[in-house]
Amino acid sequence: MDFTRRETLALGAGAALLSFLPFRANAAAVDDLIAEFTGGAEMADAGVELNAPEIAENGNTVPIEVSAPGASAILLLAAGNPTPPVAKFGFGPLAGSQTASTRIRLAGTQEVIAIAQLGDGTFARTSKTVKVTIGGCGG
Amino acid sequence: MISRRDFMQVSMAASALVGASGFGNWSRLAAQQRLTQDQLLQFDTFGNVSLIHITDIHAQLKPVYFREPEINIGVGANRGEVPHVTGAGFRRLYGIEDGSPSAYALSYNDFSALASEYGRVGGLDRVATVVNAIRAERPDAILLDGGDTWHGSYTCYQTAGQDMVNAMNGLKPDAMTFHWEFTLGSERVNEIVAGLPFAALGQNIFDAEWDEPAEAFKPYKFFERGGVKIAVIGQAFPYMPIANPGWMFPEYSFGIRDQHMQEMVDEVRGQGAELVVLLSHNGFDVDKKMAGVVTGIDVILSGHTHDALPEPVLVGETIIVASGSNGKFVSRVDLDVRDGRMMGFRHKLIPIFSDVIAPDPEMTRLIDEQRAPYAAEMAEVIGTAGSLLYRRGNFNGSWDDVICDALLSEREAEIALSPGVRWGPSILPGQDITREDIWNVTSMTYPNAYRTEMTGEFLKVVMEDVADNLFNPDPFYQQGGDMVRVGGMGYRIDVTKPQGQRITDMTLLATGEAIDPARNYVVAGWASVNEGTEGPPIWDVVESHIRKLGTVSPTENTSVTVVGA
Repeated sequence: MDFTRRETLALGAGAALLSFLPFRANAAAVDDLIAEFTGGAEMADAGVELNAPEIAENGNTVPIEVSAPGASAILLLAAGNPTPPVAKFGFGPLAGSQTASTRIRLAGTQEVIAIAQLGDGTFARTSKTVKVTIGGCGG
Repeated sequence: MISRRDFMQVSMAASALVGASGFGNWSRLAAQQRLTQDQLLQFDTFGNVSLIHITDIHAQLKPVYFREPEINIGVGANRGEVPHVTGAGFRRLYGIEDGSPSAYALSYNDFSALASEYGRVGGLDRVATVVNAIRAERPDAILLDGGDTWHGSYTCYQTAGQDMVNAMNGLKPDAMTFHWEFTLGSERVNEIVAGLPFAALGQNIFDAEWDEPAEAFKPYKFFERGGVKIAVIGQAFPYMPIANPGWMFPEYSFGIRDQHMQEMVDEVRGQGAELVVLLSHNGFDVDKKMAGVVTGIDVILSGHTHDALPEPVLVGETIIVASGSNGKFVSRVDLDVRDGRMMGFRHKLIPIFSDVIAPDPEMTRLIDEQRAPYAAEMAEVIGTAGSLLYRRGNFNGSWDDVICDALLSEREAEIALSPGVRWGPSILPGQDITREDIWNVTSMTYPNAYRTEMTGEFLKVVMEDVADNLFNPDPFYQQGGDMVRVGGMGYRIDVTKPQGQRITDMTLLATGEAIDPARNYVVAGWASVNEGTEGPPIWDVVESHIRKLGTVSPTENTSVTVVGA
């Protein structure tokens, strides 16, 4: 497997199809990427789940899991990276579950966004702030 | 914060829970100067299950002085809520009389005077007496250790935690969870855990490579007590590889993992658990938030942030119990569990007044056995405290002022940085400072006192980063320590601002000049989480400094201006 990023290891569940977005020399605005995926459609708050650590143990390899029951595709964006697109997971009609996990590199504290195209063609969006810190002192 | 009266009304109305706390009892008795062991231990056994909680002992086997914080600021929804209430406000909230033993145990005012009257607190042999007394009343009581046990003293360092393992085995806990233990290195932790005669729990201890639950640590353990099926779930400190050197335990990953916590609660409920107890090293505000987002936990025994609360805090139908640190307190929680649910509780925060509670002779012998090989080195007097030395507080403590002064002079630095940890006992004015005392506030496995250069700009980044670990309004982003202690530099902090805007007016105290973002400053510090940090161990630096001074009398530290508290 040869992914664009060495640090990225993606595991698709079931019959999930993975397609990685090409990195663009000049990252388009996150809003444009979302609009491109949704065609400008409204996005619901419920329907997609994003599991990510609140604070990354290592910003170079942050485990992320997305899931959206019945979805045909999930777009994953790292809004604060020089190139925000991380992955687009496609799920075929025979997929046992619409869940995918991967590890991504984050340039710094930022919002990670997941948008799913659900079975009925509508879209759902969720996001989570993942903090990348230089380390502190524990109690 | 709900006052005690409101709390009881709320708990009864909302969930049919009947709550009571024994706190008011020892407070009143104490105020009348009739404090005895029997009164400290007095408890009308209730219901069918007893939990005993002790946490954050930090290897303090012997009685110590321990001053609670004056400054402990809550942000966001926790602004002004317990445990972020101190001093007179705290005493008012719980009806504690000024000058009473409970004022001494739970607040900071007049500490030196009250300490000379009421004496030292803690000591694992006194704790053993309390545990034995509870077991006499309820033989199948469950004893739970919240972690930060195998860290924090001379003997603990020299024996790589074995002294604490031996002593705790004498106390016979039923389960524990973890934080500083991992700074012994994963090889040593694995070795100890493999031989523990009780459960090592952590639902959030994962294998870093596969992001799956680690094999050596179970997420939960079932107990059958008083005819009740009890599940105890463990939660280790979520941010260990960030707040402590992750390179010492690279095989492990942690995190809050609240979704996994919910799965574990559902799993144990599915297996018939009638009572779900969370033994947590999250820190209090994180536990409060977790109680709100995870459903089905009855009791959270909370550790890490070293808060001691005389009454549980109620979130939904979950009670949160905070039991202090350094062996100063033990919590007893009796529960009435019927028809598969918690119907009521009775709680008491038992302060371990070492002059009131008789030591358990067997435990005294066990402790002295651990200490004997090192007794001479530990007892050596290095200097004298001219004023009270303490650590707790969000921004500085007089012990840390001494440590920062030591770094500035011994390492010839312009600015000193000392970690905002919350462990470390206090020293009274006039008291000798022994080598053991110095180790009690410095002992760790990554003690090297580095000397380096940092630009003013980088110093600002460091300050902002640590401030956000403490003052991020979302508790899940907090790490539970205090602000990094700074010597040689003053600053202003607005705790209500977002990261990047909290710290202003950074000033080099030696010249009174503003810190120049572009200039390099010579900075000395210790407890770096980076591998390969060089420099003498901090205890040698502090010992050399105190030896030269003879008597250390840090003056009041006014270098930090706090806004928005």
